[in-house]
Amino acid sequence: MMMSDELFEYAPAPESRSVVRIEESYGLFIDGEFVSAKQTFPTIDPATEEVLAEVSEAGAEEVDLAVDAARTAFEKVWGPMPGRERAKYLYRIARIIQERSRELAVLESVDNGKPIRETRDFDLPQVAAHFFHYAGWADKLEYAGYGTTPIGVAGQIIPWNFPLLMLAWKIAPALACGNTVVLKPAETTPLTALAFADICRQAELPPGVVNIVTGGPETGRLLVEHPGIDKIAFTGSTEVGKRIARAVAGTGKRLGLELGGKGANIVFDDAPLDQAVEGVVNSIFFNQGQVCCAGSRLLVQESVAEELMTRLKERMATLRVGDPLDKNTDVGAINSAVQLATIGELVASGEAEGAERWSLECELPERGFWFAPTIFTEVAQSHRIAREEIFGPVVSVLTFRTPAEAVEKANNTPYGLSAGVWTEKGSRILSMAQRLRAGVVWANTFNQFDPASPFGGYKESGFGREGGRQGLEAYLVR
Amino acid sequence: MSAKKKDAAEAPARLRVRKTYKLFIGGAFPRSESGRSYVVNDSRGEFLANASHASRKDVRDAVVAARKAFGGWSGRTPYNRGQILYRIAEMLEGRRRQFVEELRDTGLSREDAETEVDAAVDRWVWYAGWADKIAQVAGSVNPVAGPFLNVSTPEPTGVVGVLAPSGTPLLGLVSVLAPAIVTGNTAVVVADSPLVAITFAEVLATSDLPSGVVNVLTGPRVELAPWLAGHMDVNAIDLAGASEELANACEEAAAGNLKRVLRGLGTDWSADPGTVRMTALLETKTVWHPIGV
Repeated sequence: MMMSDELFEYAPAPESRSVVRIEESYGLFIDGEFVSAKQTFPTIDPATEEVLAEVSEAGAEEVDLAVDAARTAFEKVWGPMPGRERAKYLYRIARIIQERSRELAVLESVDNGKPIRETRDFDLPQVAAHFFHYAGWADKLEYAGYGTTPIGVAGQIIPWNFPLLMLAWKIAPALACGNTVVLKPAETTPLTALAFADICRQAELPPGVVNIVTGGPETGRLLVEHPGIDKIAFTGSTEVGKRIARAVAGTGKRLGLELGGKGANIVFDDAPLDQAVEGVVNSIFFNQGQVCCAGSRLLVQESVAEELMTRLKERMATLRVGDPLDKNTDVGAINSAVQLATIGELVASGEAEGAERWSLECELPERGFWFAPTIFTEVAQSHRIAREEIFGPVVSVLTFRTPAEAVEKANNTPYGLSAGVWTEKGSRILSMAQRLRAGVVWANTFNQFDPASPFGGYKESGFGREGGRQGLEAYLVR
Repeated sequence: MSAKKKDAAEAPARLRVRKTYKLFIGGAFPRSESGRSYVVNDSRGEFLANASHASRKDVRDAVVAARKAFGGWSGRTPYNRGQILYRIAEMLEGRRRQFVEELRDTGLSREDAETEVDAAVDRWVWYAGWADKIAQVAGSVNPVAGPFLNVSTPEPTGVVGVLAPSGTPLLGLVSVLAPAIVTGNTAVVVADSPLVAITFAEVLATSDLPSGVVNVLTGPRVELAPWLAGHMDVNAIDLAGASEELANACEEAAAGNLKRVLRGLGTDWSADPGTVRMTALLETKTVWHPIGV
């Protein structure tokens, strides 16, 4: 295409991998020690399909050990510890994360496939900030309005899209409130969680306060069903979230779920179009679209739809897809072959159901898992690509005429995690924000996050909030 | 029928006009679409009334009515909701003698019945005042590290299914219903004590509460609750009045669309309720906007 010819040629600017030493194999982190399990599984670099390391798969025995260690640490050390002392441990952790941020950013990019620019400029600063924020809450709980009694042992299961950031969202508030944790990172992205275990040792965190058990769905099931767990926190798909809710029903365990989304990003005809285009690109191509709050449905007011599409395609032509460790890369690798297949299947359904596909023409590396940024137009609300979470760099474009129609379409989903509004009219922003049934509404911006800002969904996007004062509620006895 | 046979000579000079107890759905008082009813006796086993035995279809109709009412009710100003709730307390107070009699029929002494009615009125007034205050207590302006205004506000979760607690027919009902609707939710209640609950519905019907905000069903909870807990257009369920076994079944059914489940929040209705029954039925919405010139 013409537009891609205009793309400046950049010399590759790869970040060096030498800052990270990846071990050949990793144990589980239980009671302050690394212990090996009977089974292992490989974790790979999704950009090259190269095996990075063999990782332990925690079975029933290891999960028992981890839960016991967490229980003992909760009862003997962490629960009784004054908040101001817990705070200092969390501040220490935050500082070590800042000190080791380059290493962790590279490790995250290698294990996850996301661009180094994002891990360096977004993930790692957010991770450190999250620990720093909740460190300060540890000795101020009596002012937060949710009581000061920790729940006990938290079982935490996190996804692969923001591995270390999701770990921070889970561990920081849990520890600040006096709970201990057994955390299971995603099967495809265990490495930064294991690096975090090392950070806990450097911070001299008492053994058993944080336990990391790697593994797949079976390890997750063992954790969810373990009678020694008082609280389950899960971030992942709505399907698995429902399964967990069923398993937890009647057990008295507290539950927090942060699940899928099908966010509507709504562009009105009076929006600043160039800014809106940047917002759309950010909303769906950030992290290869593997974001639960992605703006995966673009709702454009009919009168500007054509112009917006033209500008969007022009802007997309400048996206650089490729090596996650290259500092110029905008769009990295899809996290796994399984996820790539899911994206491919849904995109095929979009074409089969009659939507019009436009994909960026770009060279994709031969090895690894890649998907070119894609737009679907002529999308009907009944199409699967308008209803189901794709979790990839694919946006479905729908149009509307009136604000009421935009609200109707935006809310016409079982999900309710995020929404975006683009307009220069202040009163319209406020009325849209009021009527959109979503946990976070970004107006004239998108995909902003902050440790002080509560995040979480309505309806089938889950329940409970993470971040800010409201994020403490999930880890205190009500 | 347990009514005593009476001789013609004993017939009263004026026959009392009895009330027919029906359901309360969408602001109207229909019979159950199933045509079923069941006998309600007083604590001595004497016949009081035939109450409607609601069906699965009645549950669905009630949910439809509650969903229809949600937009309007949640869109009212908090001040207006507070006024309407306060009006309900006025109507409740006005029927004090009637509720005392109905509670006495369930076996309470006069003194206990009066205490319960008074506590119920006071509880309702207390919740009414929360309408325009809860957002200031539960919401926040968040100090984010960037040029953005970032505001979190609590919003009603939607349609709430309520299994009214047993034991304290009026105070229990009021204690679970008021916190659900004061913030803008709408509700489908499966009542415990049918006569008290339907008389309470008459209070609601005369208090400017929009149709469908509260819908009251009577009938066996074991039969009705699972339909409510499994309904895909119900956003939350309060299991205050469910047995352990029923609550477990409902909690599992509620996972189908990830309802917010209220369970184990305490059943001492004379205690200070705190804000937890309100906040458990609220969603936090966070809105971001850039700051710039």
